[in-house]
Amino acid sequence: MSIVIKAENLNFSYPETESTPKVDALKNISFEIEEGTFTAILGHNGSGKSTLAKILCMILESQTGSLTIMGKDVNSENITDEEIMDIRKEVGMVFQNPDNQIVATIVEEDVAFGCENLGIPSVEIRERVDNALKEVGMYEYREHPVAKLSGGQKQRVAIAGVIAMRRKCIIFDESTAMLDPIGRKDVLNIIKKLNREHNITVILITHYMNEASMADKILVMNEGRIVASDTPEKIFGDPQKMWDIGLDVPQTTEFLYKLNHYGYSFPITVFDPEAVAEIVSKEFSSVE
Amino acid sequence: MGSDVIFGQYIKGDSVIHQLDARMKIIIAILYIVIIFLAHSVSAFILLIVATAVFIIMTKIPLRLLLKAMKPLMIIIIVTAIINMFWFTGKTLLVKFWIINIYLEGIINSLLIITRIILLIMATSVFLTYTTTPLKLTDAIEYLLGPLKVLHVPVHEFSMMMTIALRFIPTLIDETHKIINAQTARGANFTSGGLISRAKSLIPILIPLFISAFRRADELATAMECRCYTGGDGRTKLNVPKTSCADWIFLLVIIVLGVAVVLLNTFIPIYSM
Repeated sequence: MSIVIKAENLNFSYPETESTPKVDALKNISFEIEEGTFTAILGHNGSGKSTLAKILCMILESQTGSLTIMGKDVNSENITDEEIMDIRKEVGMVFQNPDNQIVATIVEEDVAFGCENLGIPSVEIRERVDNALKEVGMYEYREHPVAKLSGGQKQRVAIAGVIAMRRKCIIFDESTAMLDPIGRKDVLNIIKKLNREHNITVILITHYMNEASMADKILVMNEGRIVASDTPEKIFGDPQKMWDIGLDVPQTTEFLYKLNHYGYSFPITVFDPEAVAEIVSKEFSSVE
Repeated sequence: MGSDVIFGQYIKGDSVIHQLDARMKIIIAILYIVIIFLAHSVSAFILLIVATAVFIIMTKIPLRLLLKAMKPLMIIIIVTAIINMFWFTGKTLLVKFWIINIYLEGIINSLLIITRIILLIMATSVFLTYTTTPLKLTDAIEYLLGPLKVLHVPVHEFSMMMTIALRFIPTLIDETHKIINAQTARGANFTSGGLISRAKSLIPILIPLFISAFRRADELATAMECRCYTGGDGRTKLNVPKTSCADWIFLLVIIVLGVAVVLLNTFIPIYSM
């Protein structure tokens, strides 16, 4: 598999302003993301994860270090505006606040917005928009005003907008943070589907541990550094380490970990509540 | 809450007039306004009243809603009528009282002016505000003003601003409600006190609203940039407006009406203004 994003020693700091001091948001960040993988970036507020997302989308530019996206050196001096545009066509982003990323008043108009910007012919836009809306299950709402949708539905419209542009890599910047449980579940299912069925590279920035547990790989960020980078099983296999940096582990892991204090030896990296229930009930019924 | 607000006064419907191309509707509305101003004789006005009534029936919009559009303009209509009635000097004196002279021609003249104002409101309501969504209107205006781009008039930018404004009005209304509730919960009082103290009490609503609007604007700009927005050049459209047969028929009807009005003015000049 080819490498989609390769970052080496990225540094970024927000300059000093009248009211705030200089903030080093990213410190020597290095990582690689392979095509078609699902990567979660974990970290609490201020750990630099959103800054990283903005750099990957080229909204911000890292001050030092090298960043290669789709084989193009983004940080080099002589990158042209066209090349930046080419990368933007491949890397999309879904933001946290569903309200602040929807441009048009009607659902289908908004989904079409990105394609319209790319100058795609109308007939093809129509086809892409319809397909994208079906993909996220919002086809029946295509002529509805955006203002009347729920948060989860708006977020699905935003995702449809990214799908319609046929991007190879989508970054979700805490896209589920403002949603209710049902909306979150819907959006997560779509994210999983995009990754598994359409082979889209997904980068999910979150502070929900159970969302991160679905990923192939987790990058844990703390105070601007990547402190761990591994599979969910390895990352959550050592809950104490996560608790030490003020992060959590999935509830299932915490539950099994605490049970193990009473002399059991459950595997703690089972993330599906149903599976956990089964393991535990089996153990307890054998005791009787 | 705010999401239920309808902008402008668009009334959903599937009538012929609803389905006309918005660009054509703007042209038709402008022509119709010109025709209404061309009418000078009672006969021409009768024709226009009949035509407008037919258009209203075609939209299938309840008359009650159309009359509602008149309400705010009622005072203007009445004042114009009264002024015209008292100041008009004609031949047939009806009432003479102190310095007030009311002539028959004066009364007819005011009636015609009232009719003209009502027709103007009806025409714009029927063709534009009631039957065309603000979004379609914006697009149509962008298209019609398109030639001005040659003169470096930022037509696309204005239409994008309009679209975004329309998009964010319900969001900001919701937000205003939230802020009012939050400030009320913290003891703010918006309903009592004199004019000045009430105006002052708006400050704790307006400041958070502005701050949040700017934050939204910033995030939206980022999101638009992420979606490859680089301005109007090279953009395509999902829905390309198309003129149908009905559009041209309507245009023809309006032109025929215009000719008829001019002919009626000339040949049947009953009580010409």
